[in-house]
Amino acid sequence: MPLLEIKNLKKAFGGVKAIGGVDLAVEKGEIVSIIGPNGAGKTSLFNVISGIFPPDEGEIIFNGVNIAGHSPSEITKAGIARTFQNVRLFPNLTVLENVKVGQHCRTHRGIWGAIFQTRAFKEEERLIEERAKDILSFFGTRLVGYRFDQPAFVLSYANRRRLEIARAMATEPVLLLLDEPTAGMNPRESAELTELIGKLRSDKGFTVVMIEHDMRVVGEVSDRVVVLDHGVKIAEGSYHEVSTNEDVIEAYLGRPAEDRTTTTEEQKA
Amino acid sequence: MTAATIDAVTPKASRLDVRRLLRMGGLTGLAMTFIAANGMLETFNNRLLIRPILSMGYLLFLAIPFVMGFLIGRRVEVEGVETAPRTAADVVMAVVAGLLAGLIAALFAAIVNAFPGLRGTFPRFSPAMVSVLTFGFGVGTGFLLLPGVAAVVGAVGVGMHWLSDRLRKAVSVAALVVVVAAVFESVVKDFFEWFATLPRFLYHPGGGLKVVSAIVLFIVAGVASFFLQGRKMPGFAGLTSQDATERRRSSLIAAVLVLALTIVVPMLLGGVLNELLTNVGLFMLMGLGLNIVVGYAGLLDLGYVAFFAVGAYTMALLTSPLSSVPFQLNWWQAFPIVLVMAALAGLFIGTPVIRMRGDYLAIVTLGFGEIIRYLFLSDWLSPYFGGAQGVRRVPGIPLGSNLVGGSDITVFVYFTLFFVAIAAYVSWRLQDSRIGRAWAAMREDEDIAEAVGIDTVKAKLLAFVTGAVLASFAGALFAAKVGTVFAHSFEIIVSIIILVVVIVGGMGNIAGVAVGALVLVGVLGGPNQPGLLQEFGEYKLLVYGALLVFMMLQKPEGLLPSARRARELHQEEYLQDAWLDKGGQFVGSEQEA
Amino acid sequence: MTATTAETTARVRKVFRPTWVDTFLWAIRIGAILVIAWGLIGSIQNFAAGRGLSASQWRDLIIAGLSQGAMYGLLALGYSMVYGVLGFINFAHGEVFMSGAMVGFIAANWLFDAGIWAANPILSLLIVLAVAMLTSTLVAILVERVAYRKLRGAPRLIPLITSIGVSFFLQYTFATLFGVGVRTYPQAPEMFAGALSIGGFRIGKASLLVIVVAILSMIGLWYFVTRTKSGQAMRAVAEDKEIAALMGIDVDRTIVTVFAVGGAMAGVAALMWAILFRGVNFFTGFLPGIKAFTSAVLGGIGNLVGAMGGGVLLGLFEGVGPLLILGGLGIPGVSQLKDVVAFTALVLVLVFRPSGLFGERLGSEDRV
Repeated sequence: MPLLEIKNLKKAFGGVKAIGGVDLAVEKGEIVSIIGPNGAGKTSLFNVISGIFPPDEGEIIFNGVNIAGHSPSEITKAGIARTFQNVRLFPNLTVLENVKVGQHCRTHRGIWGAIFQTRAFKEEERLIEERAKDILSFFGTRLVGYRFDQPAFVLSYANRRRLEIARAMATEPVLLLLDEPTAGMNPRESAELTELIGKLRSDKGFTVVMIEHDMRVVGEVSDRVVVLDHGVKIAEGSYHEVSTNEDVIEAYLGRPAEDRTTTTEEQKA
Repeated sequence: MTAATIDAVTPKASRLDVRRLLRMGGLTGLAMTFIAANGMLETFNNRLLIRPILSMGYLLFLAIPFVMGFLIGRRVEVEGVETAPRTAADVVMAVVAGLLAGLIAALFAAIVNAFPGLRGTFPRFSPAMVSVLTFGFGVGTGFLLLPGVAAVVGAVGVGMHWLSDRLRKAVSVAALVVVVAAVFESVVKDFFEWFATLPRFLYHPGGGLKVVSAIVLFIVAGVASFFLQGRKMPGFAGLTSQDATERRRSSLIAAVLVLALTIVVPMLLGGVLNELLTNVGLFMLMGLGLNIVVGYAGLLDLGYVAFFAVGAYTMALLTSPLSSVPFQLNWWQAFPIVLVMAALAGLFIGTPVIRMRGDYLAIVTLGFGEIIRYLFLSDWLSPYFGGAQGVRRVPGIPLGSNLVGGSDITVFVYFTLFFVAIAAYVSWRLQDSRIGRAWAAMREDEDIAEAVGIDTVKAKLLAFVTGAVLASFAGALFAAKVGTVFAHSFEIIVSIIILVVVIVGGMGNIAGVAVGALVLVGVLGGPNQPGLLQEFGEYKLLVYGALLVFMMLQKPEGLLPSARRARELHQEEYLQDAWLDKGGQFVGSEQEA
Repeated sequence: MTATTAETTARVRKVFRPTWVDTFLWAIRIGAILVIAWGLIGSIQNFAAGRGLSASQWRDLIIAGLSQGAMYGLLALGYSMVYGVLGFINFAHGEVFMSGAMVGFIAANWLFDAGIWAANPILSLLIVLAVAMLTSTLVAILVERVAYRKLRGAPRLIPLITSIGVSFFLQYTFATLFGVGVRTYPQAPEMFAGALSIGGFRIGKASLLVIVVAILSMIGLWYFVTRTKSGQAMRAVAEDKEIAALMGIDVDRTIVTVFAVGGAMAGVAALMWAILFRGVNFFTGFLPGIKAFTSAVLGGIGNLVGAMGGGVLLGLFEGVGPLLILGGLGIPGVSQLKDVVAFTALVLVLVFRPSGLFGERLGSEDRV
């Protein structure tokens, strides 16, 4: 059984079809890249999987349960964490607090514990802090030490992306959805992050699905590449297979309109 | 204000700028006219700060041209931009603008004098007002006197910029000390009952500082401030520090000190001031509760008074022998039920509004607050709540064999302060807990909070309920204190004043809320209770409204901001600091090589 | 394997996903409908049994509700336009209306003393209208300039809190300048007293006047927004401020126009208030303000026609609702509960249909 199985997923925004019937399966321990031209519906797919929008039709089966239509917090709790294309941190919380907040759904102590400073509460707070620091150390020295107490908005762009990944890791997910993790990074930074994404699987055991534009990153780290165009899957396979697929090349470079309808038709059949 | 700041940046400001001059002078004149026309000057004139030369009315009146002069002379220093030098042009400008302002005020006096019929529409347009406005010399002399005084005061305002920073600060502190000493006259008198020589030296028997003592105070405070400036108070330096542990240690020292003060101070104060302190305490309680809802969780609740009302009514119904409830409990027995009722009310009001946009939520909570008040007031439910009569004969809090109510205020105040301490402790503990972080995250970005696994519906309701319970503390105390609970005490204005307390003090910050309640409710007064400056009476809400606008425009983080809040509202400045942190070492927003 | 059980349960959850909040909301909805239905049935029974109000009394209530609703509608336009363009609730709009009513009173009083009121009623009304509109417009513009302009782009709640401050400042400015007592406009001129019979349908002249004025203002506003350059600029700014600025539209000026137009409409509403109720004091603006905001939400905020429609609906509901529903339930002293009905309407509107009956029209930044 695949970890995540999407069946005939559809989502339209006021007549614009963002996702027009996507099927996708992700096995545990895989790294899958989703590529496709702008407006292909990649981020919409993430938004639907993570519960930000409910799908119009179709199923999202995660660990054997259909999670379609659940609230984002429930889905996060079920084990799917994500990052955002335009990094969205809590800018005025400190670096450490950002990661601590991520652990909310894995911890339990409520108001009583905080007021009476129960032993369980203190123990949990200690664990939260320890874990947060541990997660941040995954990114080397960049987010540790004096950085812990800095507000997130002072961080550089690359560090914000790292912090966002750290926050997602803190939710203890099984599946990590990364939306353009290397966007806006220079070649050195993205090479480094590529390596980290590999380590997310090998060291931490996450399954990763990412949207990525940088083909070097995609080629280096993905087991499988899925290509979306106009809300439908037009190709799937290894990086090599996909990069030589005619449909894919045409999707990126464009082709006459009448052709497209026929090929999509064929694809469906 | 805005315009002045912008103008100050442009080098043009150093030359004589006629448009700016007309605007500043005109606005100053209008402001002076305004406080004369609405009777503030006349009413406040009855309160002498320094007998016989300075009343609160004139202090306020003359503060206007002073601020004008100060603004005219102000230069905004921007790094890399040359600041225009101070020139005599500033002084000339302040003097001319002052003349203009005074002329407008004098003209107003003349109009009021010439058309006595206006008094039908404007009840404050009386000969007495004209007399006060013209310093008692009549309209003719007023035409000379008002422009002259305004010009001189304006020039003094500009002159402040000629002093060195250190001296200016010393003078400001000294002036502040004198004003505070005058305002706190009754407190000082109560405090030094055992050493009456001091108040007798300071104050005139008829009220107000003596001229001599004002001068002495001014000099002592000024000299002390001048020489002590820059030295940090050992325990409190860390309060504003960015370093969390240092801040925590300093807060702890401050908290212990405050605790000691709260135990000692009520013993020294007399009945009137303890009454005032109790009111301040009730507003601190509600302020702390609203602070959790607004400051921590970011939900603007304009109907917060509803929970206060629920607390007070529940307590009254359960304890009063005249109530519709067939049995009677004492205060302590009823207290847990009050909390449960408040929590239920929080849940009941919170649930339908919880998914609304923030601003809709504000208006709907306001609606709920009014609905609850109207229901308590209605004939329909009067068999249960007593209608306009309310619930009478609510007993005090049993303590030993006594019932402590409003008449034993010197004891009652300790109950209030005890609950304030509990509320402060709860707020403090929640702030840095798992729930507190979830609230902070939600306040920053609700969608993302939801996406990282925070059940925002639950978190919001939790904030609502916690806030409601803290307000019901205040309600339960209020019922025992006043003895009669009726709907008139729970008007919308109470919600607004609590909001002002939280905002002016500093949203999200416990000490801020405490200071806000002390300064606003203590000095200016609450919705139905006078503060130290009783003269504010009818002008209280005018001042509160103006204060709210002023704070939002100039200092939205409040007097004592919380660290998070200050960061949020001053990101740019913080970024600059972060760049230049610790001796030019780049630790801020760097782009890695 | 897994599919069968987990999937079926999950499929049900997909449709409803009933958290207890949803359940509670449904309970409120159903409860509200039941209470209203029960009240209606009670009223109809009473009516059939000849108890309670007569048909003509009901008709008068409806007409009173309509004219009051027309006033709410005009006031709602101000809330709706400002929300549409700047994305915040201008809490002080009720006070803009009150300023017009208060200063209009001074004009009316003067006209009355000078004898013009009786001699030339139409001219008098026009003068009072002009004074009220001018005052409200001026106050609205001033408030925008002093308080709101600096707050563009501030977090959403900051301008709202500021407007609450402005609201209280204005209220107590008038309270301290004019005193807190209620001032009463002079008796409406002879020609507006009594009732007219149109096709066998009797309608009070004052109500008719109010409704006609509202319709005329609405037509004027519609023409302004859709046909003039400033109106188009307004719509562009409402849609997207930055792009509007790039298209060469002076955003500041357009926003001032929005406040001015909203203020002018509040001035017209002030005259209506004078005709309908006559009494004004510093607190006059508060409740109508909140009710007008309710109307704006009811009609779909940002939607001008909706605001007017929402106003009329709320007016009707407030005029008829207490007697029709609460009276039908047998609750005594319903007139005391008039405002409770209005506030409950606000809560119910937001629970049932937060986007209003006619749909929201919000700019790109405010659509969430």
